[in-house]
Amino acid sequence: MKEIKTAKITEAVIELVKRANFSLRRDVLSILSSAYRIEINKQAKKILKAILDNAAYAKKNNLAICQDTGFPIVFIEVGIDVKIKGDLKAAINKGIKEGYKKYSLRNSIIKDPLLRGKSQFYPPIIHIDIVGGSKVKIMFLPKGFGCENKSQLKMFKPTADIEEIKEFIVDVVKNAGPDACPPYFIGVGIGGTADYACIMAKQALLINVTKKNSKLEEDLLRQINKSGIGPMGLGGKITALAVKIKKYPTHIAGLPVSVNISCHALRGATVTL
Amino acid sequence: MKNFNTLKAGQEIFFSGSIYTARDQAHKRLAEAIKTGRRLPFELKGTIIYYCGPTKTPEGKIIGSCGPTTSSRMDEFTPLLLCSGLKGMIGKGGRSQEVRNAIKKHKAIYFVTYAGCGALLSRYVKKVKTIAYTDLGPEAICKLEVKDFPLIVAIDANGRSIYDEN
Repeated sequence: MKEIKTAKITEAVIELVKRANFSLRRDVLSILSSAYRIEINKQAKKILKAILDNAAYAKKNNLAICQDTGFPIVFIEVGIDVKIKGDLKAAINKGIKEGYKKYSLRNSIIKDPLLRGKSQFYPPIIHIDIVGGSKVKIMFLPKGFGCENKSQLKMFKPTADIEEIKEFIVDVVKNAGPDACPPYFIGVGIGGTADYACIMAKQALLINVTKKNSKLEEDLLRQINKSGIGPMGLGGKITALAVKIKKYPTHIAGLPVSVNISCHALRGATVTL
Repeated sequence: MKNFNTLKAGQEIFFSGSIYTARDQAHKRLAEAIKTGRRLPFELKGTIIYYCGPTKTPEGKIIGSCGPTTSSRMDEFTPLLLCSGLKGMIGKGGRSQEVRNAIKKHKAIYFVTYAGCGALLSRYVKKVKTIAYTDLGPEAICKLEVKDFPLIVAIDANGRSIYDEN
């Protein structure tokens, strides 16, 4: 059986922290570049240029793309044929803590949500899944909170019309308006339970944004972009750059729909060990 | 500072001078201090607050990534601060009607800057000094000396907002 030491996991997480915060995802860069080419509104074009310049400057100078280096979220898939020697969660925690410190990121995490108090670099939120095979895949998503704040969950009736659902998703984006750094990426989770729909909405943000959209994703994107919110909310044809949907079976009595909004700086990095 | 009153919503300017970072918890404390008549850690009259919590400063750099945070979270504290002499604010996104009215009443101004571009904006910061609430970490109040910092007027002294047209 393949064996992976936890020190190797920690090392990998430190590297992911750096990559995600300093270098914008290739698919995100590519879709932003296309948006810059397509946009005709002068101010919107200028803002998109600044966003691209910012990504280049951050990468070149080892600076965080955004000062909100996010809530560190780790999705890890562990192959059933891998033996992890040591405490996996502790190893991930250590990687986050050391990585954020090493690369001078922001200590945005408050130990107690009610008492608040001193902020620190960790803990991350860790989602562990057991999958087939003998590999370990780690996906890291530092999630900015300006956009996390605008995310919503709605429990629809099972008889709800698809148009109602679409309206809800579009309204969540309209409600975010200029506040959460548009142009956005929209992650949607449909089905499962209240909690699972929210996790799927977050996971949807891990999907390659240049991947061809489904008809529903395309419809939603078109409707969202009709809002004219535009980059920084100052108008333009591009309010969202992509809509990605994940679905799961659900209960006869319900239809959960969760929308997780990401700012234009959708960051992330993945490694397979 | 005096010519801020002639600026119009939508105009872009490049600002050079001092600005103070303050976000959620700092606002709560400032408001608390004003209400109880305690001395503020800096002179509010005529100053500009930047809604910003920078990253840690990397070695050899003046400041880390330092873009704006969502302004609307500060809305509940803003009218009181404007009443106490605050002249301008820099952030991202819309403001409440109350804030807008207070901006008009006190002839203040609200700017937005390039949101999500914290790395790029760090280039315009020439000096940083932490002046208060150091226990708040990234939310401490810092005095920043900036040069040619890009700003867009979002709500002008007449209460006109750039978001009205969109």
